[in-house]
Amino acid sequence: MRMLKLNSNNNAEEMLMENSVVTDGKMQSIDLNAWFGAKHVLKNINLSVKANSVTAIIGPSGCGKSTLIRCFNRMHELVPNAKMTGKILLDGRDIYANDVDPVLIRRRVGMVFQKPNPFPTMSIYDNVAAGLKLTGMKKGKNLDEIVKRSLEQATLWDEIKDDLKKSGTSISGGQQQRLCIARAIALQPEVILMDEPCSALDPIATAKIEELIVSLKRDYTVVIVTHNMQQAARVSDFTAFLYLGELVEYGDTNGIFENPRNELTEKYITGEFG
Amino acid sequence: MDNYVYRKFKNNLFFVLCFLCVIIAIIPLLSIIFEVVVRGAPQLSLQFLTQPPSEGGIGPAIQGTLILIGLTSLIGIPVGIMSGVYLAEYGNNKFATWMRTFNDLLTEFPSIVVGITVFTVVVLSIGSFSAIAGALALSIMLIPIVARTTEESLKLIPNTLREASLALGVHKWRTTVSVILPAAKSGLITGTLLAVARIAGETAPLIMTILGNQHFFLGFTQPMDALPLRIWRSALQPSAAVQAQGWGGALVLVLIVLSLNIGVRLASQGRLRR
Repeated sequence: MRMLKLNSNNNAEEMLMENSVVTDGKMQSIDLNAWFGAKHVLKNINLSVKANSVTAIIGPSGCGKSTLIRCFNRMHELVPNAKMTGKILLDGRDIYANDVDPVLIRRRVGMVFQKPNPFPTMSIYDNVAAGLKLTGMKKGKNLDEIVKRSLEQATLWDEIKDDLKKSGTSISGGQQQRLCIARAIALQPEVILMDEPCSALDPIATAKIEELIVSLKRDYTVVIVTHNMQQAARVSDFTAFLYLGELVEYGDTNGIFENPRNELTEKYITGEFG
Repeated sequence: MDNYVYRKFKNNLFFVLCFLCVIIAIIPLLSIIFEVVVRGAPQLSLQFLTQPPSEGGIGPAIQGTLILIGLTSLIGIPVGIMSGVYLAEYGNNKFATWMRTFNDLLTEFPSIVVGITVFTVVVLSIGSFSAIAGALALSIMLIPIVARTTEESLKLIPNTLREASLALGVHKWRTTVSVILPAAKSGLITGTLLAVARIAGETAPLIMTILGNQHFFLGFTQPMDALPLRIWRSALQPSAAVQAQGWGGALVLVLIVLSLNIGVRLASQGRLRR
């Protein structure tokens, strides 16, 4: 990767004004900085995510995209030597406040990972029910309905409705990823974070997941990290471009792709580096 | 060209040397098994397996060994597995690093020292040799092995599975018990049973803890017989008949240990194939 000089400023307030496209943020990061050991991976990120929309985070490998969304559900802190400063607001309340239990935040902010990771020892049914069962939430008849509804929302129900007892890892990769989305949906989170959810899938499975992502925004707020700019253009309403840990540009997706304000963004989306 | 012939010769020589060493290594093992079978097999009879030594049998020793295996497993397996869970799941600190080293030392600890320590601490304070003291001594040997295999089995479970569960807002202990341990199940069972088979043949720690006697089970706080002890004592007797009983006992012990070993391997192979 060629190193390009950043010519954007990283003054927080100015950045927020510049990014005034979203003012009624469902989630909002304020002066977010993150480190792995001594490596400074996120620098003063101020980003506001609009409710019931799909926000894409794009940028070259190692720019901090994944770290950013892992801060949004407090998964970043699970990595040894990981550190973070700043605030992240969920409905205006700081999820890093001292009295906030990360376990409860993760129930409200779900996550889908890069590689499909269904629980191998559980059936398809149990995978979807896992979040509810393992947190002691729901028992009994209600569960069947929730499992069915979640699988329907994840557009997987018709394909596997007769195989609910089969192992969660017995289905194809694309189906596994939709199973993981169903597993996240079953908890009825408010926000769903997706960390390159299609990077391990073939084009047909990818198309299905993309369709699903667009349909999810009716009920949820979606933040998706993607390597694939076309994907960002297809599924998202807003796009944030990250480079070397800084938020270079953020705005509505059409604007970013058709009329980027920053030279660096333009170079990235036209494929001049990446 | 000469050089080529010489190099090729060296290549073959190396192979032949390795092959010879394997043969040298296997000869003692085969001759032990041969000897034990030839001398022990004529002893085997229902009376030999079920009657006390006064009737020319080794019934109490077999019973004692089975009781020891059961008691030791009851004490050693839970403690060993929980320690292994700590090392694998919570072991990212100095204390755990020290414990890991210490645990490795314990695995190779001379068993006679374990025996003499239990003798001093337990036998002398209770005032009697006892089944419990023997099980404690064997547990002390079993725990580090089980802890080590548990840690290794859990480390093999990909981190993505832990994250999948934690991201659902599941607490760490639940994640460990309901997701990680089931995923590691086959490795855990194999490792644990092999460890049990390994300590089942220990003799030195038993001499100073259960002492050995001629009777069937008298109580947990009473002396007890066990196969390794019976073999040892029989071998020291001048009478040829008693020595022959020792060989019979040796065959039974070898059969118990081998069947544990082979059974576990067959079972785990079947699991992998599925």
